[in-house]
Amino acid sequence: MTTLSNQTPLKSAVAPRPQPPGHGASQARRELRAGYGFLVPWLIGFFGLTLGPMVMSLYLSFTKYNIFTPPRWVGLDNYIRMFTADPVFVKSVKVTLGYVVVGTPLKLAAALGVALLLNYFTRGSGFFRSAFYAPSLIGASVSIAIVWRAMFGTDGPVDSALTVFGLDLGGWVGNVDLAVPMMICLTIWQFGAPMVIFLAGLQGIPAELYEAAEVDGAGAWAKFRQVTLPMLSSVIFFNLLLETIHAFQVFGSAFIISNGSGSPGGMLNFMTLYMYKRGFADSQMGYAAAIAWVVLIFVAIVAALLFRSSKAWVHYAGESR
Amino acid sequence: MTDPTATPAAAPTAATPPAATLPATTPTAGTPAAGTPAAGTPAAAATPAAARPAPVRPWVQRLRRIGGPRRNPVATIVWFVVLLALTAVILYPLVWLGFATFKPSSEFGHNFALVPWDATIANFKKVLRGIAGVPLSRFFLNSLLVACLAVVGTLASASMAAYAFARIKFPGAGIFFTGMIGTLLLPFHVIIIPQYIMFNKMGFIDTYVPLVLGKFLACEAFFVFLMVQFVRNIPRDLDEAARIDGAGHPRIFLSIILPLLRPALITSAIFAFIWSWNDFLSPLIYLTSPEHYTLPVALRLFNDATSSSDYGATVAASFVALVPVLLFFLFFQRFLIEGVATQGLKG
Repeated sequence: MTTLSNQTPLKSAVAPRPQPPGHGASQARRELRAGYGFLVPWLIGFFGLTLGPMVMSLYLSFTKYNIFTPPRWVGLDNYIRMFTADPVFVKSVKVTLGYVVVGTPLKLAAALGVALLLNYFTRGSGFFRSAFYAPSLIGASVSIAIVWRAMFGTDGPVDSALTVFGLDLGGWVGNVDLAVPMMICLTIWQFGAPMVIFLAGLQGIPAELYEAAEVDGAGAWAKFRQVTLPMLSSVIFFNLLLETIHAFQVFGSAFIISNGSGSPGGMLNFMTLYMYKRGFADSQMGYAAAIAWVVLIFVAIVAALLFRSSKAWVHYAGESR
Repeated sequence: MTDPTATPAAAPTAATPPAATLPATTPTAGTPAAGTPAAGTPAAAATPAAARPAPVRPWVQRLRRIGGPRRNPVATIVWFVVLLALTAVILYPLVWLGFATFKPSSEFGHNFALVPWDATIANFKKVLRGIAGVPLSRFFLNSLLVACLAVVGTLASASMAAYAFARIKFPGAGIFFTGMIGTLLLPFHVIIIPQYIMFNKMGFIDTYVPLVLGKFLACEAFFVFLMVQFVRNIPRDLDEAARIDGAGHPRIFLSIILPLLRPALITSAIFAFIWSWNDFLSPLIYLTSPEHYTLPVALRLFNDATSSSDYGATVAASFVALVPVLLFFLFFQRFLIEGVATQGLKG
């Protein structure tokens, strides 16, 4: 800090900051042109492939549309129908919310727990970090969905391992009660990405805070509660936000494991999968767009709740804890 | 400067016992964050006097180095075993897949052990012949083509957008940056239906245009954000110097920022490749003829057509689809993990 602020005035004293060619208004105009010039691809993408389609899907959600005949305005009909006359949709909302609300905290707890462990060990942590991170790269792939179905099938590795412990549950894939837990296992398996982020956050906590806590007589638990958690709260917030949004979008694994059907008993019929079936198998684009907007509304509610609550529990660097 | 606690970067260095014993030679004392080496030395030199009252035996030090400072050796061993067991559980599905590729189809449903009774490479032979009259190599090349286009598009468009956001001051930049962050949180499913309708009207169904166009238009905000963070950390003095020499923004971008952006470009390239390689929803929607299929949709075909009768081929095809990703991971894990870590810290 001090060295930096010493050097800056020194440099400007030696050479009185030469102005780049072009002053004032022409300079600003050039910056404007360069700025938008560099931003052209992004701008086209933002308006043409993101914002435009968003507005269009909002419009479509108020229509009946099958691609072949022009959309017909039906007002809130799609939204009313899905919550009052479509038990399959209501079930899919329940399944999705259950998956998100149970799976995400478990995944982050695993990520934080292992990150704490790896932070505790300095040697070998590089190897473990890599090994634990690998599933995050491949977890959503079709290949892993196929493997997962074999892992949790009847007499598969998970079933046989549990039988050894006297838990004879049978296969999880076709079991109405165990299909969602199986998906939650799949998301927990991918705890590596948030773990890496936690680990980076842990390494950024100054050691002096722990020493000060030790001087005050704090034990391991007190240090975790009073130092680690507050210092890590912004990282926890970030992970919670991203992983929740991510969890709402689960699609490929459920599609492959249930062969596109969402069975057993609709337990794998996540909202995204149901949207796909309505939109692309039944050509009900308006209804599917409405489902997509319900997903977005859920995501927005979760994000708003997180942001609002964050004032109470998230501490940013520079603030006193 | 005289008070070691006043400089946050130097304080943790001085606090750890091993650094205090050899203040001048420890590599941590010279980290860029601590400023010039000359500035770091007085701060570190002030501490040995304070640290001296507690001398540490060498074997204790060695144990501490393994477990971190002040750890109980028994706990160290226990936790190490826990970590090893966890590794075994986490990697088991991959190990299972590796062994299962050599199981004959008849063993699935009967042999629940890891190792095949009668190891064979018949699965791979069958897989290479492909499915629906299309050889596996075709799917592989399709996936490769789409992934390479995705990489090129992402690198070009995201680096340009990142330069504009991080280095050019112009009206509207703030709003668009907020919009970019917003798309980071936007569920993809909200835009997929209108996108499909658009691409359908334009006649791009069963082509790769819908799969790669977004990559050339920096639609994946993750990459723009990653690169913005990186460009912001490049010292501005370099741009200033080039501007004094008469270089404009295109010149500064191409000859100063892009070369320095290399680590972020590598990270982005690998992620762009892997995400495109694994992508399932878009090819499922847009590709209609099997000879255009990418690997994940082809795998689905295997899965549907053969899951009951020829499970071995499905498993082998799954394995083949994972190999490029695992190779990328083995060779570039440092870039991937650092990319993920920095993204989280600055968000």
